[in-house]
Amino acid sequence: MNEFSSLREMSAGLDRGDFSSVELTQAHLDRIQQANAALNCFITINAESALAAAAQADEQRAQGNKSPTLGLPFAHKDIFCTQGILTTAGSKMLSNFVAPYDATVVSNMAAAGMISVGKTNMDEFAMGSSNENSFFGPVSNPWDHGRVPGGSSGGSAAAVAAGLVAGATGTDTGGSIRQPAALCGITGLKPTYGRVSRYGMIAFASSLDQAGPMTRDAEDAALMFGVMAGFDPKDSTSAERRDAWLDTTVANGIAALDRPLTIGLPSEYFTDNSNLSDIDAAKTVLQKLGHKLVEVSLPHTQAAIPVYYVLASAEASTNLSRYDGVRFGHRCDDPQSLQDLYERSREEGFGEEVKRRILTGTYTLSVGYFDAYYLKAQKIRRLISEDFQQAFTKVDVLLAPTSPTPAFKKNQLTDDHVAMYQQDLYTVPTSLAGLPAISLPCGFCDGLPMGMQLIAPAFGEELLLQLAAQYQGKTDWHLRRPGDSA
Amino acid sequence: MNWEAVIGLEVHVQLATKSKIFSGASTAYGASPNAQACNIDLGLPGVLPVLNEKAVEMAVRFGLAIGAQINRYSIFDRKNYFYADLPKGYQISQFETPVVGEGAITITPENGKPRRVGITRAHLEEDAGKSVHDLYPGMTAVDLNRTGTPLLEIVSEPDMRSAQEASAYFRQIHTLVRYIGICDGNLAEGSMRCDANVSVRPAGQSEFGERTEIKNINSFRFVEQAIEYEIARQIDVLESGGRIERETRLYDPDKDETRSMRSKELSNDYRYFPDPDLLPLSISEELVERIRSELPELPDARQERYTSTLGLSDTDAAAISNDIDRANYFDACLAAGADPKQSANWMMGELSAYLNKHDVTLTESPIAPEMLAQLIARIDDGTLSSKTAKTLFDALWSAGASGNVDTLIESLNLAQLSDDGALTQIIDDLIAANPKQFDELRGGKEKMLGFFVGQVMKATQGKANPQQVNQIIRDKL
Repeated sequence: MNEFSSLREMSAGLDRGDFSSVELTQAHLDRIQQANAALNCFITINAESALAAAAQADEQRAQGNKSPTLGLPFAHKDIFCTQGILTTAGSKMLSNFVAPYDATVVSNMAAAGMISVGKTNMDEFAMGSSNENSFFGPVSNPWDHGRVPGGSSGGSAAAVAAGLVAGATGTDTGGSIRQPAALCGITGLKPTYGRVSRYGMIAFASSLDQAGPMTRDAEDAALMFGVMAGFDPKDSTSAERRDAWLDTTVANGIAALDRPLTIGLPSEYFTDNSNLSDIDAAKTVLQKLGHKLVEVSLPHTQAAIPVYYVLASAEASTNLSRYDGVRFGHRCDDPQSLQDLYERSREEGFGEEVKRRILTGTYTLSVGYFDAYYLKAQKIRRLISEDFQQAFTKVDVLLAPTSPTPAFKKNQLTDDHVAMYQQDLYTVPTSLAGLPAISLPCGFCDGLPMGMQLIAPAFGEELLLQLAAQYQGKTDWHLRRPGDSA
Repeated sequence: MNWEAVIGLEVHVQLATKSKIFSGASTAYGASPNAQACNIDLGLPGVLPVLNEKAVEMAVRFGLAIGAQINRYSIFDRKNYFYADLPKGYQISQFETPVVGEGAITITPENGKPRRVGITRAHLEEDAGKSVHDLYPGMTAVDLNRTGTPLLEIVSEPDMRSAQEASAYFRQIHTLVRYIGICDGNLAEGSMRCDANVSVRPAGQSEFGERTEIKNINSFRFVEQAIEYEIARQIDVLESGGRIERETRLYDPDKDETRSMRSKELSNDYRYFPDPDLLPLSISEELVERIRSELPELPDARQERYTSTLGLSDTDAAAISNDIDRANYFDACLAAGADPKQSANWMMGELSAYLNKHDVTLTESPIAPEMLAQLIARIDDGTLSSKTAKTLFDALWSAGASGNVDTLIESLNLAQLSDDGALTQIIDDLIAANPKQFDELRGGKEKMLGFFVGQVMKATQGKANPQQVNQIIRDKL
C-alpha cells in the first residue's frame, strides 16, 4: 500500500487484514497533515470523527461485514451538508455554518461504511473554474503549485491527484467535476441529472447540479458512484430507478465491455487546433480496441456558454437569496434595519464572482428581460438536448476534449471573466442536456495532464465506465503521478 | 354623479393538511414559536421541497366544487422577494399555470338576489412565517411555524358591485371550503384571509376605474367595512377632482379606515420563474375522477333539496345549508326519522339559542341529532306539549350524552295528560267554579275558550294536551 493505492486495492488490503481501517485512516490523516499546507485542498479535516468511524468499520469487519467499501477513507467536497461539521461551500457567508443534518450523499457513503476524513476546498458556491474564488484561498495544482487545479471541485481533484485520498466527492454544474479532473490528471464522473440525490448538496443551479465521484481510475469511480447514486424521495428531481448493475459493479467491479462501439466525434469540439494531439492518440487506442469512430455534429454547441450563464445565474440568484443574515451564516455587525442587515451581510458574505452571478441572474429574470434572456435560453437549451439525442441515434458514446487548455497559471484568468467562462466550453453542453460524462487522463502537454471526456445518453453511466476501464487497461496516463518525470 | 363599485377578491385559504405543502412539519395551530419549523421550512442550505399530494387533492376538490377546469399540467414558480419571515427569499407559488382554471359560484347577498361570481383561477402556494413587531422593543421577532402551510389562493373576477356582495362572496367561499373539508374556516386563527381589489366608475361606464388593493382582511365584517370605506374614499377623491392611484392599502379596523401601504412605483418585481427543484405537477384523469366521486352534496344542491323536496322556507333552507355542520346535523335528524320542518324549527330556535348562550359549536352540542329527533317524535305522538318539550330540551342539554328522552320524560313527569277522565274532571271543576265565564263562552264569547284552556294548563302544570282540552270544553257546550 502506498499513498497512490486505489480504493479497490485498499479494500483488498483491508479484506486480507494487511492493515486496519484505523491504520489506513491514520495514514491518510498523516499524509494530509504533511501535504495540505502547500496544496490547501482541505477546508476542514475531521481526524477525530474519521478515526472513530474507522474503529467502527474495523469492528464491523471483525463481525463479518464484507462490504467492499467498508472502512475506506475518502473526502467530501465542502458543498455537502455534514451534521455537526462545518459546511462552508467555500464562502465567507457560511464560514460559521455547522450543518444540523447530513446530505443524502453523505448518509449513503456513511451507510456504506466509508470514512470521510475531511471537507475539500472549492470555488465559492461552486462558481468558478480555477478554485481561485474560495474564501479559504486558492488550491494548488499538484503537478505545478503555480497553477490552478481547475474548479469548482478543485480541492477534491488536487487531493486525489496528490495522493491525499483515493477518492473524493465532487459536484458538476457546468463542468466542475470534469474540468478539474482533467487539469489534475484524474478520473471524474458527472452522472445523469437525477441519478444522485441533491438533498443536502448546497444549491448553485438546481436544474444542472449533479454530484459524482472523483478518483484515479474508472474502477474506483464506479465503486463510489454505486454508493452515491439512488432514488431519494427527498429530492423531487431524483430519478426513480436503481439499476441492478450499480450493485453488481460495487460488488464485483466493472463488467468487461463485450462489444465494439460506435464513438462519435462532435466536429464542433475539434475546431481548436491546440492540444488535440493527446486526443488523437486516444482515438488510435480506441480504434485498436475495435471501436468505430465517426464524425457527428452538435450544431448548437456555440450557444452553450451564454445559455449556461443565463440559466445557471438565474437559478443561482434566487437559490442564494436564503443567505440573508437572519437565520444562519454570516451576519453583519450591528444592523440598523432589515434592509441594512441584508445589504451588509450579503455585501460582506459573498465574494465577487458570486455577486456577479447574482446580479446577472437577477437581471435576466427581471420584467422586460425575462423573455429575451431566460425564456430564449430555455429554448436553446432544448435545441442543445436535441442535438445530443440526434447524435445518439447514430453513435453509442461521444468523445471530446474536456477542457480547451491544460492547467493555467494562478491569476492568469482572474480578470478575464469571458476567457475563464470559456474553460467550460466542452463541459457545459452535456450539463445543459443532463447527460452523463466521464473525464479521463489521456496524455500530457508541457508536463501538465490533459483530459478527454466520454459522453453517453441519459443513464448510460455503465457504458461510460466500461469504455473508460477498457481504455485505462490499455493506457497508463491514469497511473502517472505528480513528480514523475513526465 | 351616480357611482358604481367594481370589486374582485383574492381569498387565501389554508388547506387542512396535517403536514406542510413542501415538508413533513406539522401545520397544527398554536405551537410555541418556531417549534414547527423543520430544516426545509427554515430554508437551510441544501434542503429541497417535496410536494404534499394531499394539498393537490384539496385544490382539485375545490376546482371540481366550483365547476372549474382542472389543469392536468401545472407549474410551481418562485416568487422572489426578501422578507425576514420568508426564509428562502422566495415563495413557491403558481404563476402562469395554476392547478385550477376558470369556474364560478353563486352568492346570495343579504336583501339581494342570487348572482353568479366568476372565479378566474385558484393556485397552490406556501404561506410565509409571521413577523411580530411589538414583542421586543426595537426588534422584530420571527415565528416560522406558519411557513410552508399550504394555501389555495382563489382569485375572483371583478364581478361584485357592492361591499355586501363581496362579503357574501367571502362567506360563500367559507361555506364551500368547509363543506368540502379543505379548510377549517377558522378566521380568528388566520385560516382564511382575503385581499380586495376595489375601483369605482360612473354608473353606465364600461371601462373600469383605477383600482386599489386592500391587503390581508381577516373577517366577514371587516371585508364589508373596509370595502365600504374604500368605495366612499374613492368617490370622495374623484368628486373633488382628484385621481385614484394604483396602490396597496391596509384596513385598520380600530379606526375603520384604509391607509396607503405602498404605491405601484415601489412595488416588487417578483422575478417569477419555474422552480427547478420541483417537477411540473401532472394530475391524472383517474385522480380527478376519484376526487369527483368523493365530493359531498354541495350547498346549492342541499338548499334546493331542502326547499323543493322537504318544503323548508327559503330562509331556513339557506341558513341550514350554508353551514356544513348545520346541514349534517339537520340531515342526521331526518335520518333518525324526524319531521323536516320541526327539525328546522328546533335547530334555528331552541338549539341555536342554547348554543349561543353557552358559546358551544354545533358539533359540540350536548344534544345529538338523534336525541332531538326523538324529542320531536314525542311531540308528534302527543306525549309532549310544546311547553313540556322545551322543559325536556333543557333537561337534555344538561344531561348531555347520558340524556335519554323517555327516561327524562318519565322522571320529570312531563307526559301530557291525555286521559279523558282526569281532564274532564278538571274541566268540570273549572266550569263549576267559573259559571259566569262559562255562560259567556256559551253565549259566543270565544275569548273565554282561551281562559278555560289557560286554567286547565295551570292546573296541570302545562301537561294537558291543548287540542284535547279544547275538544272537551267544546263538547261541554
